[in-house]
Amino acid sequence: MSLDTQDVQKIAHLARLALPDEEVQTYQSSLSSVLELVEEMQSVDTSGVDPLTNPLEMTQRLREDEVTETNRRDDFLANAPHSSNGLFLVPKVID
Amino acid sequence: MNWEVVIGLEIHAQLSTKSKLFSGAAVGFGAEPNTQTTLVDLGMPGALPVFNKEALRMAVMFGHAVNAEIGMTSIFARKNYFYPDLPKGYQTSQMDDPIVGKGALDITLEDGTVRRIGITRAHLEEDAGKSLHEDFQGMTGIDLNRSSTPLLEIVSEPDIRSAKEAVAYVKMIHSIVTYLGICDGNMAEGSMRCDINLSLRPKGQSEYGTRTEIKNVNSFRFIEKAIYTEIERQADILEDGGKIVQETRLYDPDKNETRSMRSKEDANDYRYFPCPDLLPVELTEEYVEAIRQNLPELPTQKAARFIEQYKLSDYDAGVLSASRSMADYFETLVNKTKDAKLSANWVMGELSKLLNQSQLEIVNSPVSADSFAELLIRIQDNTINGKTAKDVLQSMWDGEGSADEIIEKKGLVQVTDTAAIEAMVQSVIDANSAQVEQFRASEPDKQKKMIGFFMGQVMKASQGKANPGLVTPILQKLLQG
Amino acid sequence: MYQQNIAALAKQLRSKDISSVELTQSFLSRIKDVDPSLNSFISVTEDTALNTAAEADKLIASGNAGPLTGIPIAHKDLFCTNGILTTCGSKMLHNFIPPYESTVTSRLKQAGTVLLGKTNMDEFAMGSSNENSYYGAVKNPWDTTKVPGGSSGGSAAAVAAGLVVAATGTDTGGSIRQPASFCGITGLKPTYGRVSRFGMVAFASSLDQAGPMARSAEDCAYIMNAIAGFDTQDSTSSEQATDDYVDTLSQPLQGLKIGLPKEYFDSTLNDDIKNTLMTAIKEFEKLGATIKEISLPNLKLSIPSYYVIAPSEASSNLSRFDGVRYGHRCENPKDLLDMYMRSRAEGFGQEVQKRIMVGTYALSEGYYDAYYLKAQRIRRLIKQDFVNALAEVDVIMGPVAPTTAFDIGSKTNDPVAMYLEDIYTLSVNLAGIPAMSVPAGFDNGMPVGLQIMGNYFAEAKLLNIAHQYQQVTDWHLQNPNLAKGA
Repeated sequence: MSLDTQDVQKIAHLARLALPDEEVQTYQSSLSSVLELVEEMQSVDTSGVDPLTNPLEMTQRLREDEVTETNRRDDFLANAPHSSNGLFLVPKVID
Repeated sequence: MNWEVVIGLEIHAQLSTKSKLFSGAAVGFGAEPNTQTTLVDLGMPGALPVFNKEALRMAVMFGHAVNAEIGMTSIFARKNYFYPDLPKGYQTSQMDDPIVGKGALDITLEDGTVRRIGITRAHLEEDAGKSLHEDFQGMTGIDLNRSSTPLLEIVSEPDIRSAKEAVAYVKMIHSIVTYLGICDGNMAEGSMRCDINLSLRPKGQSEYGTRTEIKNVNSFRFIEKAIYTEIERQADILEDGGKIVQETRLYDPDKNETRSMRSKEDANDYRYFPCPDLLPVELTEEYVEAIRQNLPELPTQKAARFIEQYKLSDYDAGVLSASRSMADYFETLVNKTKDAKLSANWVMGELSKLLNQSQLEIVNSPVSADSFAELLIRIQDNTINGKTAKDVLQSMWDGEGSADEIIEKKGLVQVTDTAAIEAMVQSVIDANSAQVEQFRASEPDKQKKMIGFFMGQVMKASQGKANPGLVTPILQKLLQG
Repeated sequence: MYQQNIAALAKQLRSKDISSVELTQSFLSRIKDVDPSLNSFISVTEDTALNTAAEADKLIASGNAGPLTGIPIAHKDLFCTNGILTTCGSKMLHNFIPPYESTVTSRLKQAGTVLLGKTNMDEFAMGSSNENSYYGAVKNPWDTTKVPGGSSGGSAAAVAAGLVVAATGTDTGGSIRQPASFCGITGLKPTYGRVSRFGMVAFASSLDQAGPMARSAEDCAYIMNAIAGFDTQDSTSSEQATDDYVDTLSQPLQGLKIGLPKEYFDSTLNDDIKNTLMTAIKEFEKLGATIKEISLPNLKLSIPSYYVIAPSEASSNLSRFDGVRYGHRCENPKDLLDMYMRSRAEGFGQEVQKRIMVGTYALSEGYYDAYYLKAQRIRRLIKQDFVNALAEVDVIMGPVAPTTAFDIGSKTNDPVAMYLEDIYTLSVNLAGIPAMSVPAGFDNGMPVGLQIMGNYFAEAKLLNIAHQYQQVTDWHLQNPNLAKGA
């Protein structure tokens, strides 16, 4: 499986990564190499084998419905690139 | 062309848990921005979700209420997309294995027709935060208080065929979730929001047409209006030979129109996959059964009981059971007055009128069920008559005191002294000799109708305080001469 | 002093031969002298270290000290540390100071350790050479022209060079074991779920596991005693009871059944390494163990399976780095999309971007079944191989890596050559079993590690086996001649 430059640009956009034109080719070839590497999987018959998502196959633990956290807004906002009035600020969102 | 409308609804009901779906932050409306957030809700690096037990229980309750299959193993999946109010870059939701599977519910239309609407599924998911578009230095502000609030997304089959049916369905869901106590149903605060999937097809055609999705409609009235507008828009396009574009639209209540939300268009590959930070949720038969056993009475069951136990009409029972708070109010009155008919008439009549005028929900009524019952008891024991009671209720509504206080203060106690009533009747007869003569000359049938006039005169003279039950026989006796 | 183990240092601290402050000062000054040639630290936390050491001395004086009280350690820079820069080796987090503490670091703090600093690593733990760090490559203390391995290369180099007594690492596909092997130290990747992932910046959630890196199995056991165990904040952490990993070290190995997978010792393994490992395995026979050839037939499939699953999870885990709430945001974004696209492209290095794109592709519509689901099915086959094998033998032994530490820059141009380095370590993470790297000799002057893999939650057994081996060998006591490179 190899990708063309359009595929690469589409993936980069989905992943929200700005890809300068001069890098598209580099990624096209490195992503294609990885896809070739993983292609080997397709030769294996896995019919009847369930996917394994968690190695221990444990089940979900449940938390009591209790409020355990207090307001730490200022601590968190301290890391924000841009904030004001207790809000994180981002470039204008147009719906 | 004669079009058939096909509607499927996705309702997001915010579950009334104390803490969030995956964190110990408080859930609440109207707090200062970002003060109800934890590492988890903010998507901080290294933060991990832990699932709220109560949200699970509530989802299973809902499943039982719509006779749905319960997902004995349900799995959380990540829905990946970038949006500033979605802090992790994915929403934790459920995809292939939801907590609630196929179910159904019946809705009753105004003409009494009952229709069964299929429920495809209901799944648990976390809410996003809010983007505040007021101008903050020319930027958008992000408040993540709502982030990770538990939602139950209830997806219907495309079984709905009109705006009226859609509203009846949403009202029924509203009624079920509030009965179960799993959602406060406050649509204005966004506790229940509705996405409408709508398409048209020529009557008789079995394939569906291309649909649009109208996002986040948050009142019964807007749901109805949005559907009418969208039907009209799609019909216009189709009749001009055009094609419907499959897209997400927004209903603008000010302009009463739907418009395309282009910003949502490009992120439609959500790359769902099982969330590796959460494990499969496994339920036991005992757990599921225990929840079924403890399910509160549901609206349709309650309506059936009201008909059986209180001999109410189908219509009255339907109205009184539509909301749990209305039904509870009614039953409090019945318990105190032992008169279901009287209680039903007053709740559906005068109380509903006052609530409508003030645009209040019954839970916010300034007259509690207990105080209202005192008023009805005064009708029953002949202290006041029905007409006076309406005035007393208005005074109670305005905060002037209890029924007894108002009756006392305003001197509204009924006149039950027969001698006094006889005197009043006599003076009415004396003052209206022409009418009396006419009465005496009439056939008995006609007399029955004419007696109302004299009754009115007596009530007027007594300032409404004469007991009508006592006035009637005295009037009849004296009129006959 | 820099080569002493935890037990010896704890004894001297308690007997007041040395104070924790003195010990800390001495290690800090060694870091200043030596680390410029290694680059194993991203930040050195001198002031807090000295304060903690002073606290430790008080505790020792009061007679309430534990075995780790006053012991200088370092954390891989992906454990969130309250008030201390946590970069994950990335420009994306170059300014990130978490207001919270990971469970691992919090438990070690509780145990009285003295944190000297945060160690360098491949960016977001993606790499096998430590060349993918925004803070520059780390050098191998045994030969500074060579890589220390990755992604926990800073921790491995710092321990090997005697800059700390022990360090934490994380292992998603070999990131503790391979650098431990390349630097000649002992490292343990515990069973998935044995150690809490809370506060660890996630790479691939279903594979990530934190563990100790130290000179000896015994030192690793002391660290494990502090960090292992259930944590309510991590849904994937196991409630299974922990062992006392120190108490069980001295059990004899008589009757131990060791499995040698034929796929690990085939022609692709370098002969010198193979010979070194066979010599080590003979030592176990002398200790009473028996050897059996076994098979892990799906070993080769661990590379494709891992390089689909890990990037898929990573692509989603790394979406939170969007420039909104913390981390790097580009200058003057012209709109929201521009902010996302540029902040992420500027903040992430090439390898990270590459893996995010691979994962994004593998999860995308139309490819999910063929990539992600297929990889998870193969994952089950790989797990089953281990379950079958471990029904026949107690532990499995093999190489950690196909070669010893390679030259810096030698594999950076081929996008997949580096991935093939992980052939012997990936399957362990896919299956979730515990595994160690134990120093077992040298090849051309570079350390060779022996990998010991065990059954689920058999960490105590692994540490016991490694410790017994270290009682009869001294590979773990060898020290690099730092003058050579420094």
